[in-house]
Amino acid sequence: MTPHMLTRSLDRSATIFLAIVAACGILIPLSNLLLPAGSFLQVPTYLVALWGKYVCYAILALAIDLIWGYCGILSLGHGAFFALGGYAMGMYLMRQIGTRGVYGNPILPDFMVFLNWQKLPWYWYGFDMFWFAALMVLVVPGLLAFCFGWLAFRSRVTGVYLSIITQAMTYALLLAFFRNDFGFGGNNGLTDFKDILGFNVQAEGTRAALFALSCLALIIGFLICRAIVSSKLGKVLIAVRDAESRTRFLGYRVESYKLFVFTVSACMAGVAGALYVPQVGIINPSEFAPGNSIEAVIWVAVGGRGTLVGAALGAVVVNYAKTFFTSGVLAPYWLFMLGALFILVTLLLPKGIVGTFNAWWDQSKEKRIPATMASAAAEDGVTEPKMAE
Amino acid sequence: MPAHLSARLCSLALSLFLIAFALPAFAGPFEDAVAKFANDDFSDTEEAIGVIASSGSKLAFPIINALQDGRLMADPDSKKVYVTGTDGKSIDAATGEAVASVPDSASAVRLNNRLRRSVDAALGSLTLQSPDVGARLQAAQSVFKSHEETALEAVDAALAKEANRSVKAALGEARAAILLFKSDATEVEKLEAVAILKARGDQDALALLTGMGDQPASVTKAAASAIGSIQNSLAVWSMVQNAWYGLSLGSVLLLAAIGLAITFGVMGVINMAHGEMVMIGAYTTFVVQEVIRTRYPGLFDYSLLIAVPLAFLVAGAIGVLIERSIIRFLYGRPLETLLATWGLSLVLQQAVRTMFGPTNREVGNPSWMSGAFELGQITITYNRLWILLFTLAVFAILLAMLRYTALGLEMRAVTQNRRMAASMGIATSRVDALTFGLGSGIAGIAGVALSQIDNVSPNLGQSYIIDSFMVVVFGGVGNLWGTLVGAFTLGIANKFLEPVAGAVLGKIAILVLIILFIQKRPRGLFALKGRAVEA
Repeated sequence: MTPHMLTRSLDRSATIFLAIVAACGILIPLSNLLLPAGSFLQVPTYLVALWGKYVCYAILALAIDLIWGYCGILSLGHGAFFALGGYAMGMYLMRQIGTRGVYGNPILPDFMVFLNWQKLPWYWYGFDMFWFAALMVLVVPGLLAFCFGWLAFRSRVTGVYLSIITQAMTYALLLAFFRNDFGFGGNNGLTDFKDILGFNVQAEGTRAALFALSCLALIIGFLICRAIVSSKLGKVLIAVRDAESRTRFLGYRVESYKLFVFTVSACMAGVAGALYVPQVGIINPSEFAPGNSIEAVIWVAVGGRGTLVGAALGAVVVNYAKTFFTSGVLAPYWLFMLGALFILVTLLLPKGIVGTFNAWWDQSKEKRIPATMASAAAEDGVTEPKMAE
Repeated sequence: MPAHLSARLCSLALSLFLIAFALPAFAGPFEDAVAKFANDDFSDTEEAIGVIASSGSKLAFPIINALQDGRLMADPDSKKVYVTGTDGKSIDAATGEAVASVPDSASAVRLNNRLRRSVDAALGSLTLQSPDVGARLQAAQSVFKSHEETALEAVDAALAKEANRSVKAALGEARAAILLFKSDATEVEKLEAVAILKARGDQDALALLTGMGDQPASVTKAAASAIGSIQNSLAVWSMVQNAWYGLSLGSVLLLAAIGLAITFGVMGVINMAHGEMVMIGAYTTFVVQEVIRTRYPGLFDYSLLIAVPLAFLVAGAIGVLIERSIIRFLYGRPLETLLATWGLSLVLQQAVRTMFGPTNREVGNPSWMSGAFELGQITITYNRLWILLFTLAVFAILLAMLRYTALGLEMRAVTQNRRMAASMGIATSRVDALTFGLGSGIAGIAGVALSQIDNVSPNLGQSYIIDSFMVVVFGGVGNLWGTLVGAFTLGIANKFLEPVAGAVLGKIAILVLIILFIQKRPRGLFALKGRAVEA
């Protein structure tokens, strides 16, 4: 990634976005830690954890936007990659509990002692080391996505068929993780974490640091996505989205492009899940529920698919609304609102918030700028085409 | 003769002598025996039980039954014995006449453990000769299970009188079970018993044969061959049982998926709210049954017949409404349709939750749908059988509709080539609306059937949606036969995997297999050929 590529890939909205995320990532933890509790400007710890959750969702939304907005792959199973990353992190956190568990077994997590298991299953080996767990956060979702994508894209499973089998994939994982003998805590999942890298997960300082890390991950993820979509590879992806057969006939190996971007996206989702788990304090099989994955897709649709900024924005806006509505007297109406959001956004706002705003901005700019300037802008547009449909 | 027996005989003679003085002269052996309960002596009570059980009197069963429950009251002063019924009314045990009240001096006849056993045996042999065929059959079966040697006499006696064929067979099997475990039975009797159990050929017979202990060599040999043949036949029956379960599951899948196959096949629309149409059908059934319960209780057996057309209309109307208000704006954007209909499913679920509450609602089975019958070694419940037949009927009607009606012709034309159909003058948007309505209506009918075997709750549809998609994707789009084959294949495969891998792993295995299958045939088993595919 050359500096030139970086600057070229950043347009106005991306710069604003990065600035805001960076500011949040620095200011919110500082305000939480340095200002006295109860002060007007102090951010309470519970809000830090809550917003940290939103940031993780934003990373997941970015991952979905990368494949859906730029490559036309609608995955209804991205929650599975998110959850797998989360489980990898959760396994590390479980091993860190050590003798502080209810049964005090230095090796086996509580649920295994409860199930009368004598020794650690092989797939739990190595998760007591952070570097190994961190690697697995990327490798496990990435490998699953690679195998799944390799099978699916090579045999040209596209469109709604792909969506349905991704949904079946996450459903199968849901059923599997619900089983006790699968070795991941069954119904209850993994919880009751104590330490991460020697720091108490409940402590304010750790929470603030996790929040800052999540913001950093969001920024890095955004830059990676930006770099991908503004490179030549990104152009091919958009070509695949808009006319897959034509791209194939032009000589591109469509399946390789799709496979690459699908795997990258799954790894990002895994990272989001890994950051999510220590902040929420639990990971259980319900994260695999197909409904969760579909909900994540609607965040992207609300914010605007194919804009990246919009995906992150949509995740935060929809989840903020969810928190707001489900915690008050309006709770029974939340599902009505969410359902209506799905319908209205697809019907009335197909470009999402950011896409619609961009279109409106460009239109009003055209009116303001004289014709000569407009043609120059249009020439600019040739070297730097708009991403939205 | 052992000493204690002669002592008992002496005491019996003595007590008979005493009773002869105490009671009026017309008293027969039955009445004598009844009076013995008043002596409050365990050996007298035992004698009385034996006499009464073999007396053939109509009062025998109520007396022994009351004795078992502690409702047999005896007055030591007047030597009268009373049976107090569970309803509080009392009769004189000797004559059967109703009495106003039991005197205060009467107390319940006491039992010890040995007596309780003879009471049980007496009750068993009494029910073996009960006038009710069902009671006799049950008694014979319970003797078969317990195979107590003491019951042999009663079984033989009952066998001599029995006229009903099935009861007679059950008695024969009970007798064989007893003889097999009776230490002093002859080898011939035991061989016969083995042959009878072999003919019975079920799990219980197998358990008896494997657990019979030390036997003469010839019997052991015969039993071994009987065990082999029973195990073989049981294996075959369990295959049949699995196949039946599979067919039953397949019919449910087919019912849920068939509407989806129509909307997906004809319009290329992924309707994620399809499961909610099924749910609406189930709730229609609930409402119909509620109305019938409160207003016209006599019509309850017809509730499903009334619910089927209503569910079709309700779900179909909602389907047309959805198509006109949402889906028609999203043609050509299948992924967006998927999201919008998912949102719709959330709204519909929540609406039903608000109207009917989040808990399961009670939908009853009409009398003709409850119960079961035995076919060889397997049990077939009527509701599953009716659902299978109903599904096939719906499928046949739908197939005929597509083939022979004008709407069917238009639908097929639009499926095969939308633009060409439009140029030939078919109003494709009208066909779309009607198709969507038809698909939804059939989902509603499916809901009526599924309300009979599943919980009617707002989440009813959710549990079917992924399975139905799997069926459609597996079977291939745009071909109803594909859906049929897909549904039954998945159903049967699922039920055959279940005993091997467990229910959840079996399901996971099926999902993985479908994912792999799609790699090979991305368009399903029965794919449409030609240009329409790429559109």
